[in-house]
Amino acid sequence: MIHNANQIAAFFAAYPREEAVASVEDHLRKFWEPRMRRQLVEYVAGGGDGLHDLAIAATQRLAT
Amino acid sequence: MTDFGTPKRLSDTLVTVEIDGKPVTVPKGTSVLRAAAELGIAIPKLCATDSLEAFGSCRLCLVQIEGRRGTPASCTTPVESGMKIQTQSPKLAKLRRGTMELYISDHPLDCLTCAANGDCELQDMAGAVGLREVRYGYAGENHLASKKDESNPYFTFDPAKCIVCSRCVRACEETQGTFALTILGRGFDSKVSAGNTNFLDSECVSCGACVQACPTATLMEKTVIAQGQPEHSVVTTCAYCGVGCTFEAQMQGNEVVRMLPYKDGKANHGHSCVKGRFAWGYTSHKERVLDPMVRARITDPWQKVTWDEAIRHAATEFRRIQAKYGRDSIGGITSSRCTNEETYLVQKMIRAAFGNNNVDTCARVCHSPTGYGLKTAFGTSAGTQDFDSVEQADVILVIGANPTDAHPVFASRMKRRLRSGAKLIVIDPRRIDLVDSPHVHAEYHLPLRPGTNVAVINAIAHVVVTEGLVNGPYVAERCETAAFEHWCRFIAEERNSPEATAAQTGVPAADLRAAARLYANGGNSAIYYGLGVTEHSQGSTMVMGMANLAMATGNLGRAGVGVNPLRGQNNVQGACDMGSFPHEFSGYRHVSEDPTRSLFEAAWGVSLQNEPGLRIPNMLDAAVDGSFKGIYIQGEDIAQSDPNTHHVTAGLAAMECVVVQDLFLNETASYAHVFLPGSSFLEKDGTFTNAERRIGRVRKAMPPRNGMADWEITMALSTALGYTMHYAHPSEIMDEIARLTPTFAGVSYEKLDRLGSIQWPCNANAPEGTPVMHIGGFARGKGRFMITEFIPTEERTTPRFPLLLTTGRILSQYNVGAQTRRTPNSLWHDEDVLEIHPHDAEFRGIHDGDLVALASRAGETSLHARVSERMQPGVVYTTFHHPESGANVVTTEFSDWATSCPEYKVTAVEVRKTAQRSDWQQVYSETRASTTHVAGD
Repeated sequence: MIHNANQIAAFFAAYPREEAVASVEDHLRKFWEPRMRRQLVEYVAGGGDGLHDLAIAATQRLAT
Repeated sequence: MTDFGTPKRLSDTLVTVEIDGKPVTVPKGTSVLRAAAELGIAIPKLCATDSLEAFGSCRLCLVQIEGRRGTPASCTTPVESGMKIQTQSPKLAKLRRGTMELYISDHPLDCLTCAANGDCELQDMAGAVGLREVRYGYAGENHLASKKDESNPYFTFDPAKCIVCSRCVRACEETQGTFALTILGRGFDSKVSAGNTNFLDSECVSCGACVQACPTATLMEKTVIAQGQPEHSVVTTCAYCGVGCTFEAQMQGNEVVRMLPYKDGKANHGHSCVKGRFAWGYTSHKERVLDPMVRARITDPWQKVTWDEAIRHAATEFRRIQAKYGRDSIGGITSSRCTNEETYLVQKMIRAAFGNNNVDTCARVCHSPTGYGLKTAFGTSAGTQDFDSVEQADVILVIGANPTDAHPVFASRMKRRLRSGAKLIVIDPRRIDLVDSPHVHAEYHLPLRPGTNVAVINAIAHVVVTEGLVNGPYVAERCETAAFEHWCRFIAEERNSPEATAAQTGVPAADLRAAARLYANGGNSAIYYGLGVTEHSQGSTMVMGMANLAMATGNLGRAGVGVNPLRGQNNVQGACDMGSFPHEFSGYRHVSEDPTRSLFEAAWGVSLQNEPGLRIPNMLDAAVDGSFKGIYIQGEDIAQSDPNTHHVTAGLAAMECVVVQDLFLNETASYAHVFLPGSSFLEKDGTFTNAERRIGRVRKAMPPRNGMADWEITMALSTALGYTMHYAHPSEIMDEIARLTPTFAGVSYEKLDRLGSIQWPCNANAPEGTPVMHIGGFARGKGRFMITEFIPTEERTTPRFPLLLTTGRILSQYNVGAQTRRTPNSLWHDEDVLEIHPHDAEFRGIHDGDLVALASRAGETSLHARVSERMQPGVVYTTFHHPESGANVVTTEFSDWATSCPEYKVTAVEVRKTAQRSDWQQVYSETRASTTHVAGD
C-alpha cells in the first residue's frame, strides 16, 4: 500500500505542487476502497515513514 | 451463402454492363464473374471464390463477350462500360464439359462415400455443366493412389482428390499470410505441398483457410469425415481472444460438426485461427464438470449436490460471513469469458445483493491501464478504431504485442496491409514473428530492454517535438493548449532524447529517430499494442505516452490511424464496459457520481455504495489480513493467471467461502468450497464485445450441458441472497443495460440481428454504432496531454537475479489453457518452455531441452529450456498456459501505479540447470489430485 501510494505520488510529481497533491488525493478517493484509505490515514498519523511527500499531503486531506 | 467468385471492389466509378440480356451496374474493377453473380447468374467455376483474388486456371468460368474474340475467363476479366456478355451457349457448354471431363478423368468416383458428398463444388460443377461421360476413361496415368496426409489433428489432406486449383495455396498466402503451401512440379506432376513435409510438421498454422477454400474433399475436417454433413447452423461469436470472430456453428442436432468462419462477420470477414476454428472440443471434454458440488473444507472431497442445495449453501455462507465480518467482507470477480449480460448480472448482484462494490474482473491483470490511460487522454476507455481501419494505415506501429500468436486473425489482416505497402515498426524485446516473416519485414525493430517502454515512447515524442514534426493545427484545434505546452516543455528536455535514453533502453538512437520520423511523416500512422505495454509498473503511463504521441501527430479521429489495444480475452472489453471495475458502473461512470448512482438505485430498487470497492489484489491482501472472507468467481482462474501464486493462494486459503463457477475444476477451484458448473459459449444466448468495441451475438446452439446458463446461475444465487432477479432471456438483460448505459442506449437484440454486430457508442447520435471514435473531437472534449515521466521499475536485476523474465502467450494455447489444453492443440504446445538467448544459455552451461530452474525473489519453478535467438541477451521468456509450469510462482507483486495491473513483463530472475522439479511443483503435483477429488468418483 505504501509502495503504491508512492508510485501514485511519483507520477503526479511532474505537476505543480498544488495540482499534484490534488491529483493524488483525487486518485486515492476514486480508486482506493475506504478501508485502504483509512489504513493510509492511520499510517500517516503515525508518522508516514517512507511515504512520498505528495502522498503524505494528499492523505492528510483525506483525513479532513 | 452466395459465393460471388471474386472479391468485392470499392470504387466511386460505376460501370454498367449487360449479362445474358440483363443490365447490371457494379463498381469499376469488378470481375464479369462477380457482376453475373450479383445478378443471380451463376457461371460455373472451380478455382474462383470471393475470398481470393482471381486466378484464372480452371477454365470453367469462360464467357463470350460481344465484339471480342475467344472465350475469356470471367473471373479475370474486369467489367467495361457497355460490355454485352453471354454466359451460356453451345460453344461454352462444350468447352466446360470438356474441361470437366479432364478433371474427372483423374478423380476418384467415390461420391457416395466421400466426406464432401453434398458439399462438393466439383460435384456441383459436374452437374452444372451436364457431364455425362468421360471419354478418356479412368485407366490412364493418374494420382488416385496418392497417400493421404492425416498428420494434422483437425483435417486431412487427400491429394488423390486434388484438382490443383490452388485455392488452398492462395488462401494460405492471401487470407492467412503464412505461405506454408505451394504447388510443386509442373503440368501433370503439379501437386499441393506443405513444403515437402506433412501438414503437422510444416509451417502451417492450422487456421483452416485452406480447408475452407478447398472445393473438393482434398482438405477436409476430420469431424465432417467422422460425422457427416451438418444439417443446420447457428451464427455466433468465438469464445477465444479479443478479435471476436463470427462463426457458423454447423450442427447435427445438438452436436457440433464444425465451426466455420462467417463470411459476413465484420471482425474476421470469413477468416479464423486454429483455436476458434478447431479447438472447441473442450465443451464436451470428459473433465468438464456438470454437477454442482460443495465441501466444508478445501481438504475434503467434493460432494455432488443439487442446484438448489449448492445455491442455497453459497447464499447462506455469504450471508453468514457478512453477519459476522461485515457487509464489505465478501466480493466477486466477473468473467471476461462470459457474456456481457452475465457479467452485468454478476456486478449487479455484488452491488445490489452483496451491498458493496467489491467487484473486479480479469482486465485488472491485462488492460486496466488501457481503460485508465485512454479515458484520461481521450475520455473513453477503449480503442479508437475498427479492425478494418488497418487497411488504410500507411505506418503500423506494433508495441508490446505479438498479434500472429495472440490475435492471429487480425494479424492476417495486418500482414495483408503490410504486403500491400504499409511500413512496419515493432517495439518489442523479442524478435516476434512479424519482424521478419514471409513478405513482411519491419522497417525498424526497436528491441528495448523490458521495463523501458515509457523511456522509448518519450524519446519518440522527443524527436517529434524537437524536429518540428508536431501537427500544430490538429493539436491547436483538438487538444487542451496548456496541457500540450506543459508536455512539450517536458518532452523536449534533453534527458528524454534518444541519445540520452539509449543506454537504459538498449535501443540505438539512430534507429529510434528514424522510426519516430517514419511514424510522424509516413501518412496514416496507427498504433497497435498489447500486454507488453500494460503489464508494467508504468502501464498506464505508457498508454498515456502513446496517446500523447498520436495526438501530437494528429493520428486520431479518422480511418487508418488511432491507438488500438489488442485485448486478450473474448469479452474483456465487454466485462469492463459492463461495470466490472470496483469504482465504475456500466459505461465507465464512477460510483460516486450521484446522478448515475441514483439512476441505478431507482432501477435496481436498492441503495448503492458511493465508494470504490476492492480490486482483486486488494481482496487478496484483505483476505490475508482477515477482513475479506468470501468470494464468488465466475469463469476466471486467478490461482493460475494472477501474479505471485503464493500470495494468491494464501488469500484464497484464508477465505471461509470461495465459490467458483467454471467449466472445469480449475486451479482456483482447489481452494473453493462451492463449485457451480458453468455453461460454454455454445450453450447460451448473449453478446461479447471485442477489441474494436464490436458487440456480437452469442447464440445458443445447444442446451446447457450443465443444466443452466451462467446468467441463470447468477440469477438464482442473487435470488437466494434475497435480491430477486427476473429475466426470461438475456435480451431482457441487454434492454436493461441499454436503459442504464448511454453508450449502449441504442443496442438491442433486434438491432444486433438486423445489423450483424454493433460498435459502441450506439445511441441517438450514432444509431448504428461508431466504427471510428473521436472524429471531429474527443469524447472528453479536448484531448489531454499528460506528463509521462519515465520512472524505472523497482524490479531490477541484481547479481543474484541477473536476467529479466517476460511472459506471454502462443498461438495454439489460450490464457490459462483450461480450454485449449483439453483439445488436440496441445500437440503444438504440451508444456511451457523457457526461451533463453544462446549467450545466456552457454554462460550457464544450458543446452536446448535441458530442465532449468527459474528463480525470482517471489519463488522458483522449473521448465525445459529452448535456446533461441529471438531473445535478446539478458532476457528470458515463458508462457503460462500449463498450471504445473508455475510461471506465476515466479512473478512478483509489483504492479501499475494507477490500476494495480501486475508487472508480468519484468521479473528479475536467475536460471540454472537442475535435475528436479521445484518444491512448489512437487507440492503441486502431490496435492492437485486430492484437491479435485470428487466423492464417489
